Amino acid sequence: MFHLDWLNDRFLIAMIAILHVFINHGLAVGFIPYITWLEQKGVTNAGKDQITDLAWDKLIYKKMKVAFIITTTIGAMTGVGIWFSVALVSPASIGSLIRVFYWAWFIEWLVFVTEVVLILIYFLTWKNSNTSLKAKVSHIKFGWFLSIFSWITMAIIVAILGFMMDPGNWNNDKTLLNGFTNPIYLPQLLFRTPTAMLVAGVFGMLLTTLFAPKGSEMRAKAIKYAGKWILVWTPLVIIGAVYYWNVMPQAMKDNMATAIGSQDFAQYYDLLKYFIVGAASLSIVLATFALLKPKKINFAYVIVPCLFVFGFLGIFERVREFIRKPYVIGNYMYSNLLREEDYPLYKKDGILPYMTYTSVTEITEENKVLAGRDIFMNTCSRCHTANPQGVNSITYVFERMYGFGKPLDENSMAAYIPNMHNGRTFMPPFPGNKKELDALVAYIKQIQQTGESLEGVQTTGVKINPLNSAIEVSKKIEETTKENEKQLTQK
Amino acid sequence: MLLQINTPVPKDIPLDLPLPEWLLVTLLVFSFLLHIIFINLMVGGSIVTLWAQIKGLKNKEYDTFAHEIAKTITVNKSIAVVLGVAPLLSINTLYTIYFYSANALTGFAWIMIIPLVTIAFLLTYLHKYTWSTFEKNRKLHIGIMALAVAIFLFIPLIFLTNVNLMMFPEKWGTVQGFLSALMLPNVFPRYLEFLGACIAVTGIFIVWYNNRKSYPIEEIYSSFTRNKIKKIGYSIATIGLSLQILFGIVVLFTLPSKGISYAVIAVMAGAGLLLAFALWYSYQSLTGEDKNIDIHFKKITLSIFAFMVFYGGSRQMYRHNSLEKHQELVAAHTAEFQKLSKEARENPVEETVELEIDPSLGELAKGTALFNQYCAACHKPKEKLVGPPITEMASIYANNVDGLKQWIKAPGKKRPDYPQMPGFPQLSDDELKELSKYILSIK
Repeated sequence: MFHLDWLNDRFLIAMIAILHVFINHGLAVGFIPYITWLEQKGVTNAGKDQITDLAWDKLIYKKMKVAFIITTTIGAMTGVGIWFSVALVSPASIGSLIRVFYWAWFIEWLVFVTEVVLILIYFLTWKNSNTSLKAKVSHIKFGWFLSIFSWITMAIIVAILGFMMDPGNWNNDKTLLNGFTNPIYLPQLLFRTPTAMLVAGVFGMLLTTLFAPKGSEMRAKAIKYAGKWILVWTPLVIIGAVYYWNVMPQAMKDNMATAIGSQDFAQYYDLLKYFIVGAASLSIVLATFALLKPKKINFAYVIVPCLFVFGFLGIFERVREFIRKPYVIGNYMYSNLLREEDYPLYKKDGILPYMTYTSVTEITEENKVLAGRDIFMNTCSRCHTANPQGVNSITYVFERMYGFGKPLDENSMAAYIPNMHNGRTFMPPFPGNKKELDALVAYIKQIQQTGESLEGVQTTGVKINPLNSAIEVSKKIEETTKENEKQLTQK
Repeated sequence: MLLQINTPVPKDIPLDLPLPEWLLVTLLVFSFLLHIIFINLMVGGSIVTLWAQIKGLKNKEYDTFAHEIAKTITVNKSIAVVLGVAPLLSINTLYTIYFYSANALTGFAWIMIIPLVTIAFLLTYLHKYTWSTFEKNRKLHIGIMALAVAIFLFIPLIFLTNVNLMMFPEKWGTVQGFLSALMLPNVFPRYLEFLGACIAVTGIFIVWYNNRKSYPIEEIYSSFTRNKIKKIGYSIATIGLSLQILFGIVVLFTLPSKGISYAVIAVMAGAGLLLAFALWYSYQSLTGEDKNIDIHFKKITLSIFAFMVFYGGSRQMYRHNSLEKHQELVAAHTAEFQKLSKEARENPVEETVELEIDPSLGELAKGTALFNQYCAACHKPKEKLVGPPITEMASIYANNVDGLKQWIKAPGKKRPDYPQMPGFPQLSDDELKELSKYILSIK
């Protein structure tokens, strides 16, 4: 398995995905209507003999250029990056999802290709459209059309995401329609739309402070417009966020094994409350200030609210991801990538005999720690690092319980692990048998003592489990066919 | 030889393909073709830009030519990226375990594609938008493009290494990281053939781009004529096609024998003939009279498209042959595992872990055993561990057995400086009674 022992594998996905959401929401879905609106203002505010206010148009074009460059580089590549990183970190889950949602993604892809082409056209025809009023007006119309289109793209993607989050329906009914009827679909959409607009407005104001000459009338006007934009959308953000915030625990409860919820979640949830209040009030203060004293606004004033609204969006994504646990696919596959229905088999025989890559299949006193390492890799490493310095490291989570700096007690850990999913409902149950449990705690104990880290297959390669090698498998197949034949002849 | 001891047989994902296999294969081949055309234009365009700009240091017209090509790179690259998603989806679906195994084994390089390509893209924009800014400092400006080209030249190696490694499960056990996978046979010949294709396709693209009636050559260039630029295009195409044929032959001869069949060779040879056909007419256009410069364009373009279909098809046939036997093993292994899993599910091992009861403890024996089983990880008799000591519980619930039982079943959060206790709804009433008896006995 691919494994990053310091950064944490899930963190890799999260980083790429959140960056992508920032750009997609802030610089595409929200930014294009914002820019089109400003482009239109340029035409309506221009003198009678002009097509548009050229200096103004140039400023808006520059803002679009920044957004265009960022979306077609970082935006596009983080989009692909989500696929790449998920394929590395969580191959079994994404592989299963693709088999079921191939069409959904295929449609999404078609919509996405169209969107990219439309953005290219919108941006690249901007300058040519300044030659006649007719061309300019149709360019603006195209901008509005593109705005609606990119909103629809988002609405479809939220449905796909929503489907994967919906508890329970994986096992019953695998249709995409469930994505739209999912209880958190509408709140999500109602939250994401104004938030995208808000992020775009704040980011747009930030760009104005960079591009427009200091003290100019144009700068004041652009900042005022951004202020108006923010003031219109912020109340809707608050409504959307509160709605979503209130719906979330219900969805959460449906997903969790017990109704108690978890402490970690409660922490995020509280943090979220402060972020809603913080981001919204900061935006309102900034917008009011921009309307009253537009000339005073500079880069330094805007950067803090700008970071805050991005943070706000980020933390919402984090909470949404958390709802999924302990599953990666609701009631089907746990976040350790093992399917729930295979658990009885693993409990009976242990997991190691069934893993394709492991150096140990029979645990003895000598290879116990080595076996523990393989068990860790196969059951814990998707979310925990071994390296004590790593993000969410296994020794950290145990020391948090038993006291920092104290030696970990193998018996305590061995008593805790089989029960952990009862208390910490976001944890999947431990899949292995008793021997494997002992090996795992011996390994954890050793990590604490030595501080060693665990390298993924991208550096160490793989050790093939002999039970899963071609020779063994072909032998087994031969045996079963022979047996089947025997049974047939006996009949 | 094929099925050595160190060939792993992973289990497949036990879900059906979303579409019939032939349809997925068709989608894979054709969507990949579209993707690769734009990749060719992106990589080839960057190489040509770099070359022309260096030439432009002496002849200003070439600098203008480089600028014109540079403008197309940023558009082609955007289309290349979005078009890449469909083949990625299809290969993930069709060859799930093979592709993911190769990805994981070359993990660092694989994920580095994302930041590297992002940087290269940003460099192409920087290069394009600073054309006049760096008027005085041309060498630095060329340096930006050179860096982008270097990245563009490296990325295909990572992709080729992956699609190559996925075909050889017998090598997975020996590979350690990207570099060792890169050294597997056939990666480099395929890479060089690909570079030839990039140059050839870009050459043809240049001819087409400069042949558009709406494209104002006279306004852009001072001495270059339409025909002159088209000739540049044809000479680039001629060079690219020659390289392709040359390395195509090397590819054919270094192909590991595992997936070769007569059909693969026949289709590949057909692809080669199409290339030779395109090369011949490209050369004719280059050396022929100016008035005949356009007459072969359609033939050349069509034969290059046909080549791509043939070559793409032959690669897919080769992949199919290489993996067929292994896929059968995987399918059987998966079925076997499913069967075992089902049996285990239907006859579950008794989950109730046997309590280690010490009879000498008399009536507290069961409670003690339960405590050790469920509680001792967090609670000690006299001191604080994760939760409070038993003595504290005993004093709080001394006269409230029901309260204690209720708490164990579904605890709340009481103490701000302690983590919340998990609930034990799985304990029966009798077990709770025994457990409480033990807890309250500790003084």
